[in-house]
Formats: sequence, C-alpha cells, structure tokens
Amino acid sequence: MHIMWFTERAYHYLPEEEVLKRRSFFGVPNSFFDAEKGSQLLNQYLDEKIYSDELGFDGVMLNEHHGTPFCMGAVMDVEAAVLARATRRVRIVLLGNPIPTVANPLRLAEELAMIDMISGGRLVPGWVRGAGSEQLANNANPAYNREYFDEAHDLILAAWTRPGPFRWESKHFHFRFVNPWVLPLQKPHPPIWIPGLISPETVKWCAAHKYPYVALATMLKPTLEMWDLYTAEAAAHGYQAGPENFGYLQPIFVHETEEKADELGRNFLFGGGFANFARPEWMFPPGYNSKEATRRLASLYANPNLPGKTLVPQHLHSMNDIAAIKKAVYDNYDTAKESLQIITGTPKSVMPKLRKVLEVLRPGIFSFWLDGPAPRADRMTCLKLLGAEVLPAVREIGKELGLADPFQVAPGSRPLAASGRPERVGSPEALAAG
Amino acid sequence: MAETNHKEETFRVGETELRVIKGGQGKPLLVLHGELGFPGWLQWLDALAKKRTIWIPLHPGFGKTPMASWIMNVRDLGAFYSRFIREQKLAPVDVIGFSLGGWLAAEMAVANSAQFGKMVLVGAAGLKPPAGEIMDMFTMTARGYLNANVVDSRTNPEFAKLFGGEQTPEQFEAWEDARAETARIAWAPYMYTQSMPELLANVSGLPTLILWGKQDAVTPLSAGELYHQKIAGSKLTTFDNCGHMPAVEKPADFIKAIESFLG
Amino acid sequence: MHIMFFTERAYHAVPEDEVLKIRSFFGVSNKFFDAQKGSQLLNEYIDEKIMCDEMGFDGLMLNEHHGTPFCMGAVMDVEAAVLARATKRAKIVLLGNPIPTVANPLRLAEELAMIDMISGGRLVPGWVRGAGSEQLANNANPAYNREYFDEAHDLILAAWTRPGPFRWEGKHFHYRFVNPWVLPLQKPHPPIWIPGLISPETVKWCAHHRYPYVALATLLKPTLEMFNMYAKIAGDLGYQAGPENFGYLQPVFCADTEEKAEELGKNFLFGGGFSHFARPEWMFPPGYNSKEATRRLAAQAANPNLPGHGLIDHDPTSDAELQSLKKALYGTYPEWLRQSQMITGTPKTIVPKLRHVLEVLRPGIFSFWLDGPAPLKDRRRCVELLGKEVLPQLREIGKELGLSDPFEVKPGSRKLSNGKAEAVGRADLIAESTMGA
Repeated sequence: MHIMWFTERAYHYLPEEEVLKRRSFFGVPNSFFDAEKGSQLLNQYLDEKIYSDELGFDGVMLNEHHGTPFCMGAVMDVEAAVLARATRRVRIVLLGNPIPTVANPLRLAEELAMIDMISGGRLVPGWVRGAGSEQLANNANPAYNREYFDEAHDLILAAWTRPGPFRWESKHFHFRFVNPWVLPLQKPHPPIWIPGLISPETVKWCAAHKYPYVALATMLKPTLEMWDLYTAEAAAHGYQAGPENFGYLQPIFVHETEEKADELGRNFLFGGGFANFARPEWMFPPGYNSKEATRRLASLYANPNLPGKTLVPQHLHSMNDIAAIKKAVYDNYDTAKESLQIITGTPKSVMPKLRKVLEVLRPGIFSFWLDGPAPRADRMTCLKLLGAEVLPAVREIGKELGLADPFQVAPGSRPLAASGRPERVGSPEALAAG
Repeated sequence: MAETNHKEETFRVGETELRVIKGGQGKPLLVLHGELGFPGWLQWLDALAKKRTIWIPLHPGFGKTPMASWIMNVRDLGAFYSRFIREQKLAPVDVIGFSLGGWLAAEMAVANSAQFGKMVLVGAAGLKPPAGEIMDMFTMTARGYLNANVVDSRTNPEFAKLFGGEQTPEQFEAWEDARAETARIAWAPYMYTQSMPELLANVSGLPTLILWGKQDAVTPLSAGELYHQKIAGSKLTTFDNCGHMPAVEKPADFIKAIESFLG
Repeated sequence: MHIMFFTERAYHAVPEDEVLKIRSFFGVSNKFFDAQKGSQLLNEYIDEKIMCDEMGFDGLMLNEHHGTPFCMGAVMDVEAAVLARATKRAKIVLLGNPIPTVANPLRLAEELAMIDMISGGRLVPGWVRGAGSEQLANNANPAYNREYFDEAHDLILAAWTRPGPFRWEGKHFHYRFVNPWVLPLQKPHPPIWIPGLISPETVKWCAHHRYPYVALATLLKPTLEMFNMYAKIAGDLGYQAGPENFGYLQPVFCADTEEKAEELGKNFLFGGGFSHFARPEWMFPPGYNSKEATRRLAAQAANPNLPGHGLIDHDPTSDAELQSLKKALYGTYPEWLRQSQMITGTPKTIVPKLRHVLEVLRPGIFSFWLDGPAPLKDRRRCVELLGKEVLPQLREIGKELGLSDPFEVKPGSRKLSNGKAEAVGRADLIAESTMGA
C-alpha cells in the first residue's frame, strides 16, 4: 500500500464572511491576500511535506488551483521542484496538472522532466481537466476542455518517449520542432495516476489507459460504483483491476484527545469546506461538461457526487443571512462524520473507521488529508501522530487485506479469470455492514 | 527574351496602398503570389499576357505594400482582396494562386465563389495533407527553402534567372519581409485551415484546375488530390519530374495547361 | 557591487561531432540524451549554486533554453524553485524568462510569485524575447515576438500589482478573470533586470523602464557603446544612469595553475562555444527581427561579435572536414583571450584582468560565467577559488571604483548634473588590441 499525505495550501487569513457571502472561494478579490502571511504559510506547508518524508510516508500529494485562497499551489510544480531536492525518499505525487489550461504543454513536459531528474526519479505526475473555475482563471476555452486534455496528454507522452525532433500537429496544439533536451529519469516515463470526483468519463478513460484512479474524498457508495465501472472497462481491455488501480483521499484529523481532534475537524468546514459552495456558473462554464453530465445536472441543481452535497445543504445557496449560512455549514459537521467523509479522533480511535474505509474500497493508494485553518502546532501534532502511529497501523491493515500498490503490482498486469468475467475490487458487503 | 511591358500601380484598399504589377492586355487575370513574394516576370506571364491583362497584387506586408496589422490570418487577407475585387469591379475574375496564394484563392472561393470566373490552384497550401506534411519553411533559410521547392535547383534556367548568383541585401530583406508576413498569417496551424475540407463543399459552379508537380516536396501531392476530391467538377493535372514550381520547372506544359483551361 | 555566479547547465555527454555536424547545439536529436547522466549533472549544477550561496555570492544567475544540450534549464523556474528553499541568502536572478514563448503569462506570474514567496523575497526576475530557436521549440510565432513580449510584460506586472479580479484583453492575450491568489512578497513587485546581446531596441526599452541592463559576455567596445546609448536615453528621460543600471557577464576560468585554467578555458569552446554556430534559419526565424535589425543582418551573415565566426558555411560531411573544423575552432582560443572574451588564470593573475573589465564598463552587477565540459573536481575548485579568493578582492575593487548595485542605489534615482547626461564607463581604457572585430 502506498500511503500519502495531502493538504491544500490554503490561505487562511481571510475573513470567512468574504467566502460565505459569495458562496465561493474562487472569486474572492486578491486584495485580501497578504504576501507576508502567504509566504510564511506556503513555507510552513513545505515544512510539513519535508517532515512527512522524514516520518516515513510513501508519498506527498500536491494539487493545483488558480485564483482561489483555498489553494496557494497555483503552480504546484514550483512546490514539486522544491520537494524534489528537499526530500529524500517520498514520491512526489501531482494530482494533477490541469493540462487543458497550461497552453504550452511542451513546456510542462520539460518542467516535469526536470523535476523527475532532480528528484532522482521520484515523480508521479497526474492530469486533470481542471475545475471549471481553472478554465476561467486561465481563460482556457471550456468547450474544448476534453479535446485539450486528450491532445496535451498525448503530446506530453510523445515528448517523453519519441526521439526528436518531430512535428506535432493536432487540432489544438501545433509544434514543429519537438526535441526536448530534458527527459524524465524514469523510463519509459514516470507512472501516471489520475485523480477524480467520480466522473464516469474519466474513470473509463483511466481504465483504458491502465492509469490508477484516485477518488478525492467522495462518498463511499458512489465511489464503489465507479470502481465497478473501472473494473468492467478494464475487463473489456483484457485485464483484471486490483487495488493497484485505485486510490482514495480521506480527510482525517488526529490529536491527543477527541476534543482537540474534533476542533481540527470542524475547521475543515471553514468557508463552507472544499468544494462546497460551487457556484454553478464557475464550476460548469460553457461546454465544460459532456452532454451526459449536462443531462445529469439538468435534473439536479448541482453535481450530486461532490462531497459538498453532504457538507452543505443546497438550500444554503439561496440564503442571504451570513450568520445563518455559517451556522448551517457547521451544523452539518456530524453528518459528515457519520458518513466517514471526515474522520476525527486519537490515533487509537480513528483506526476502526479507517479500517472500514479500506475494507470497503480496498485501495492500493491511500492519502490522508488535513485541511482547515489551525495553529501550526496542532497541524504538526496531527501530522506527527499520523506518521508515527496511524501510518504503521494502516500499513499493517494494507498487508492483511492484500492491498497491492502500483509499485508492487503494475496496474493492468493482473490477468482476467478464464471466464473473462472480472472480479469486483471493493466490498459493498463491508459498506452494508454498518 | 522579350518581356511584356509591365508596370506597378497603386490602388487604395481601405487604409492600405496596395501595389499591383500590371501588364498585358485583355480580360483581367488575377495572380496571387506565394509565401516568398512575387518572384519576377517569367515566361508563362509573357505567354498569358498576350490575351489577358495580368494583375499581380503584392500582398500587404511582403515588402512593397505596407503591412496591415489587422490581417492576422489568410481569411483576413482574403477579405482584403474581396474588397479590392469589388471596388475595382473585377468580378467575376479568373484567378491563379501559387502555394500560399493558392490557399488564399481557396479561402476566397469558399467565402464567395461568385467573385471568381475560373480558378487555378498551383501546389496550393491550405489543406492538411492526408499523407506527408507541408515543408516547414520557418526552420529553413529562404534560400534553402527555394532550393527544396524544385527538383533541380542547379541547372533550371528560369530558376537561375530568378534566384541565381549571390544573395543580394535587397533580396535578403524582401525574403525576410515575406517570411515574416507569412508567419503572421500562417504560423499555426502551419499553412492550412483545419476546416478547409468541409468549407470546400461551398464552392459551387466554379471551374477549377489544380496543377501539381508529382515530386512536390513542399505541399505533397496528397493535398492536391484532396482539393480535387473536394471541389466539385475540378480537374487535376500533374507534372512529371516536377516539384513545387511547375511554372518554373515545366513552363511549356504549364502554359499549355492554363491556356487550354482559361480559353 | 552585486556579484553573481552563472553557468548554463549543459548536457556535456553529447558527442561533440553531432554538434559540429549540424553546426548547432539546437537541433541535435535528443536521442543522444541519457537521463541518468542528465539527472546527475543537473543536480551537480544545483549543488554548485548552493555552494555559491554558502561562500557569499550575492546572486545566483539562471537562464533558459529549450531543445538544446547546451542548457538543461528548459524551465529554469524549476531550478529557481529548488534554490528558493535550498539556499539562504543569495538573490535568485533569472535572466531571463522567455515570455513570448510561455503562452500563458498569467501562470508564469503565479509561478514567479510563489518562488518569491518561498525564497523570502529573494527573486530577481528578468525577461527576454528568447533566442530565435526558442520560438521554434515552443512554436511561438516569431513575427509577433516583440508584441508578445510587450503584452506579457505588462500583463505580468498588472497581475502582480493591480487588485483582482480584472479583465485583460490585449491583442494576443485575453483573460477575463485575473485574480491570482499568490503574489510576490517584494512590493510593489520584485526588481526586474534585463539581459541582452546588445540589441539597441532592448537597450532603449530598458532605459525607458529603468531596468538594469546586463550585457551577456559581449565585446567591451560595443558593450560600452550600448551602455552610453542607455545613459543618453536616460538623460533624455531626466535621470543619470549609474553603475546600478548596468551589468556584465564574464567567462572566467580559475585554477591553481595557469595550465589548468587554460585547460578549463579551452573547454568553453566545446562544440563551437556558446553561440558560435548560430544557424541563421534558427537564430532569426521569420519576423523575429525588426526591420532595422534585418537590414543590419542583410549586410552580414550572422552575429559577428564572436571570434572565429564564419569558419564554415556548410555542414561538414566527411570526417576529415570535421577534424579540420574542430582544429580551426579550438584555434580561435587565443583570440577569445585577447579580446577579454574569456579570462583564465590563477586568482592572482585574473584579478588584474577583471579589474580592467570593471574599470572599462563600471557595472554595478557582475557575474562570473563558468562553462564547458570539465571534470567535477576542476569545476568545484574553480568555483571555490572564485568564491573564496577572487570574490572578496572584486568586492574591494567595486568599493574603490564606486560601483553601486541596484540594491544600494535605486536604478533611475540618480539626478542629472546640469540637466545633462554624463557618459558612463571608460572608453579611453580600452586598448586598441582588445577592441575586437
């Protein structure tokens, strides 16, 4: 099992009301940004990553968002570069680069190649379409998002593996002299993992490419359904999916006492939580969704797969009383805990809950997620307890449950049963067990 | 060689003073030059000038006609010439387009095929070749590109007349102007319009002759075949042992093909 | 005086013959790239920079090239990010980001903001148009190079200083929601320096923006002419240019013995040296040059500033041709030395030569440049000697000559005396023998 640690690199020093009144982190004016505080925080987040290397985590996971106080990793490759040199052992896992928004994917290929070279081959790149708001922040036409994604992906892989110089002339990207003089150390190219919020299109695409799919803190039941979809698609491509094909990101808050852990957990709901106030006009810019996704949306106000649905009831979107919104947001905390969307406790008390998640989803990749404004000392305590106590225990469970990671079993290498029928990877029975 | 008397005239098109080389007599024939500019008055022009008034506009930004910064793609340039044709009351005018000029003619034809009487495309750019690729002039010197335009750059007399001898500073500057303007309008996608195959369906009732060198190393013959396939009623004539410049490499056959098509 | 260290991060394991065969580093197929060797080298270059920080250099200078074994800094911001955290004191000086080629300048603004934040405000960004070959490698239309440059520059500055969200609708760049949530630590924005190969257009532009101009190892005489052109324009704009407005990059090869230093110096000519074989079709893609520059070029084949230029005008085809070319190339070595284009020696012997350069150009910013394939221990020794022995002496000379750097005197803040610009540098000190081609 590959065990990672993740945090958005949020800028916490902004009035929560500014988020609540807009019902969005994206779009809060950057006049609220204080570079001194931002600089100190960004370095603190790097300290944490370096610390998790020392604690023995297998991976440090980064993500990227633009134009939002929710994540200062606007160009996460900058952080990945720092970590390439400042850490010794961990994989640097990028989930993921929003390739439709970078405009020059060849430069990205070079950037990542250099990071892989500097890190001594510890890079795990991943790709995303980018949230709707990333398209606005970068002015990347959302109507061509999927096409940009496919083309940029193919171009980057070609740049890494096909000897140059060669021409690349596709619908959206035109290069006539592809011949980068930096190439990844890992051959033929670094392993690629894909994160997602259970969009079926992405799940199928991952299965076709034999890329592990990492579900980002989504509800267990629909996540399991996506595992089944992946597994079926994998079978259509002639292989049996296993734990090495799946990953899961789990919000978890650990401290020496239950009360303290609860305090941290509640902070996770700051500003409404991570994807919570997803203003539809910014989450779903024109053409961003497939026809199918649009039809799904047409009957619902917003994407039901987003964990935000459980964290913030829909009616809050139409409320105007900030205090009332705030109360409703935090009132939802217990529900989130019940559904294991948030796990809190002492190293001892969180174990049964974690075991349950692992038994249900059987992921080969697992990441802890800590977020929300909290004093530095509390974050460090959480991290230390996770690393020193929870991580070894989770590793044992992983062994016991046979949760192979992509470095132990190459994704896509598992043969199908003679019948040609795939075996289910997760366990709905464990979910039903309550 | 007795060259037909020709001269430069200036026409105002919007804000632009368009320089046009004119010569010959009779019904107008519009010649759209290629990516390195108008190379010079050649045999085939002498032949056609006997029956036709040749109009060779020098594209904006290619040196003599000043650059028009609003022109950022070949379709913009086509709109510029449509206005020129309308204001000079030339329509329907017969047109010959070479390479980039062929692409330009095709863009104008798909926008309004009624502005042309007959159309000749010679080694036209504008289509992504189904097989092979359009030679990248932007990673070559002008001289290197020209040499690659023809099958035999060493002994061809017409080619030597145009491009022989040491490169002069004037020639260098003219080529750099041409290359720069071509980059402005054709950098990416390189030398083609992605929607061209679909757009060509809009060309109707326009007699079209497509001329191509079989050994064309710049625009592969596959592109000529695609033009032929997409333009209803078009005729494709190819020349053996000939590259991208049939007018230079096969002047006699070239003149014959055009004369019999234009009548 | 602000004293820096610079090296291209060359991939030296490329067979020299492959470079000579096509008369260019750019364009050599990357099938010759071995990622193991590249990875090791790239980390050694980073080690070197960290060592410089520890030895007390004021700045670590980086540059960027794409698609060439001459420089593995294809995205130098990756290295800058590493150094932001791995060094403690030195400025991280980027000369410069090729802004016309990045396609998404807003992402670059964010990238640099993060590096400034992580480094604790030690970033000095700079911009370049990018060599001609960068346009080809990135497929950035060279005919719009200057327009991209101007627009990207303005957009980045706006993103750093104008509160968001705002719209940006230029000719080439279109954004309707500029509101980055990372901003530089240095206010109102980090200092900006511009490197160049003495193009008059760039020099003028720098003078207008009061950006220090760093000449990249160009010949002393034309360099000083450009400095004075800057000073004259500065005078017209109402300020006196001083050392803080100028920088110079100097190839220096230092060792314990003259012989060893010479050996290092000769390596600088590997593959023809840094921009020796500048194939015109790759150096000057269509529309890259202004009309004026094209006219200058029309009369001459390529960059004439370097010794040994124009040795051949065709790709060598036989082994014999390759060998004689190689011989001719390395034969230009004395000429490089004679023109002060390269300085070699022991700390003791190079200091007087460096003093000469400093007296002539009077730059407030100075960078050592070490390059060419050399055994690691020789490179390390060179850096060590430069840092421990040469650097302190240079600092003294700087003080003695009053070479203020941009952190001591704000560029553009110097008043004119009697409303007239005074000349900068000492043209009278350039000996006839070093006047150059």
